[in-house]
Amino acid sequence: MQTHHDTLHGLLERSAARRPAHTAVEDPERNNAVSYGDFNANADRLSEMLRRIGVTSGDRVGIYVPKSIASITAVFGILKSGGAYVPVDPGAPPRRNAFIFQDCAVKGIVVANDLIEGLKAEFDDTYTLTVEPLSFLDGFALPVSLVRIVKAGEQPAQPSIANLSYILYTSGSTGKPKGVIHTHASALSFVRWTSDTVPFTEDDRFSSHAPFHFDLSILDIYVPMQHGATLILIGEDLGKTPARLGPMAAERKITVWYSTPSILRLLVEYGNLDQHDFSAMRVVFFAGEVFPIKHLKSLLEKWPHPVYYNLYGPTETNVCTYYKLPPTIPEDQVDPFPIGPVCENDRALVVDLDDKVVETGAEGELLITGGSVMQGYWNLPERSAEAYFIDAEGTRWYHTGDIVREAAGGVFIFVGRRDRMVKRNGYRVELGEIEAALYRHPAVTEAAVVAVPNAENGTVIKAFLSWSDGKPRGIIEMKKFCADNLPKYMIPDRFSSQPSLPKTSTDKINYQALKELD
Amino acid sequence: MAANIQQAHIEEITEPVKRFILDTFLPGEDPSALEYDTPLISGGIIDSISTLKLVTFLEEEFDIQVQANEMNSDNLDTLEEITSFVLSKK
Repeated sequence: MQTHHDTLHGLLERSAARRPAHTAVEDPERNNAVSYGDFNANADRLSEMLRRIGVTSGDRVGIYVPKSIASITAVFGILKSGGAYVPVDPGAPPRRNAFIFQDCAVKGIVVANDLIEGLKAEFDDTYTLTVEPLSFLDGFALPVSLVRIVKAGEQPAQPSIANLSYILYTSGSTGKPKGVIHTHASALSFVRWTSDTVPFTEDDRFSSHAPFHFDLSILDIYVPMQHGATLILIGEDLGKTPARLGPMAAERKITVWYSTPSILRLLVEYGNLDQHDFSAMRVVFFAGEVFPIKHLKSLLEKWPHPVYYNLYGPTETNVCTYYKLPPTIPEDQVDPFPIGPVCENDRALVVDLDDKVVETGAEGELLITGGSVMQGYWNLPERSAEAYFIDAEGTRWYHTGDIVREAAGGVFIFVGRRDRMVKRNGYRVELGEIEAALYRHPAVTEAAVVAVPNAENGTVIKAFLSWSDGKPRGIIEMKKFCADNLPKYMIPDRFSSQPSLPKTSTDKINYQALKELD
Repeated sequence: MAANIQQAHIEEITEPVKRFILDTFLPGEDPSALEYDTPLISGGIIDSISTLKLVTFLEEEFDIQVQANEMNSDNLDTLEEITSFVLSKK
């Protein structure tokens, strides 16, 4: 029998019982807030409605709502019903979102009212959609409804996952999103590790920058609930507008920040950080991509007080390694910080292409096993099987696809993505290393490197750059600069200047879009 | 302008080589950025495959023969050096 100590919603329930009047969630954009008591009661109400439409343990329920108190109420209401939530990007095309909901056969979707019509159009006549307004959430200035979904005819069999808690769809290499399956146990393993590692208090005020369909949101949503702290929701628009985001973080006295390096860089550049008081900020987490050291140094100049952590982990593992930064960065440091040792709830191996463990210090792929690792991909048994290496004892190790090497003290240094390694003139080239070198140019603000197949040369390496002064540098200057910082075989063939580089919906550099640029 | 190249050689050799390098390896580059003493090979501006293409061009354009052991940054690193090298072969 599962107790509420084993569930994600148990975190909310215990804090609601302990301090019902304390503010659980604030929504600065809509200027509203909810106490722990009311938040828990609203989630209970939604879970009742979900049970009434037949949602039971293991059933999936979608969330198609811009970030708001309504959307986070949906998270907990679905969990309380025994279901698992499937959050989607409200800004993504309705067709993509409908694909996700149909792929995991949701029984219902919590939808913002103005998104219902667009969603309905993507379901054919074999589906019956019934809309029931969730009027008890109307006070949060974002009207939402529960859309019940019934499919006629024979239902394809769906996986049965014990204690399923959520499915996060990430972009798949086949072009179709794939659903990463997590249980209450795998998420709680990460949430508890976080709380064991960083001393939080009930007075903390956490940012929620990442959208709920992005794995960074797991820390944002659940760690504050565990501590009875307060979560400050940062919606899609505010999150991308540094001129408003910086002042908001100061006004709301955010104490714990978590976002990608890209967002922190934008805050440094456009957030007018000098004009506001950030003395409340005491912990900053970043994850999702490499933080170029020049931008990290600029951030530490603006925010010298917080403790900084570089968190690492694919959606499939939650955070699985972490590195606490020193209080100051050495003047001459040009390499990014390590991703650090493996989290205490997980274990790591570094292996070669045949899954043989490499000598300590040699480069290899990072494999992870342990409490925080996913259960596989939804409805993709073959992809799920390929994702793991099973050792002689039967332990499943997740292939991260990331190349690392182990330094002293079990600290891992991130080398690059396995799929970003290319061969050029027989040499192995890590595209991320070229990017790191380009960032050393004083005028480069963004650098991204792609390898494109080429009939004549095998591989053409293209660098895309944006400039702090907007002035593109010539090929000769850039090639000379690269020659001073890289082996010759790593110098890009082409350089292209852009006003800014294209980003994905999760604020990472969009390499797919870059490959299509000239 | 480099003092050790005569005007006639500039017109006859240096400028055609410069145009070839710009057109072939550096499309879109500002021609004034490619100076007579810009290090091409040691500066990473042309790689080993490009050096081969450059040598083929030199052989055809100036009717000279280049030995494999001559294709290196001692002889071909700058427009000045390329000009002197071509002259020495004529």
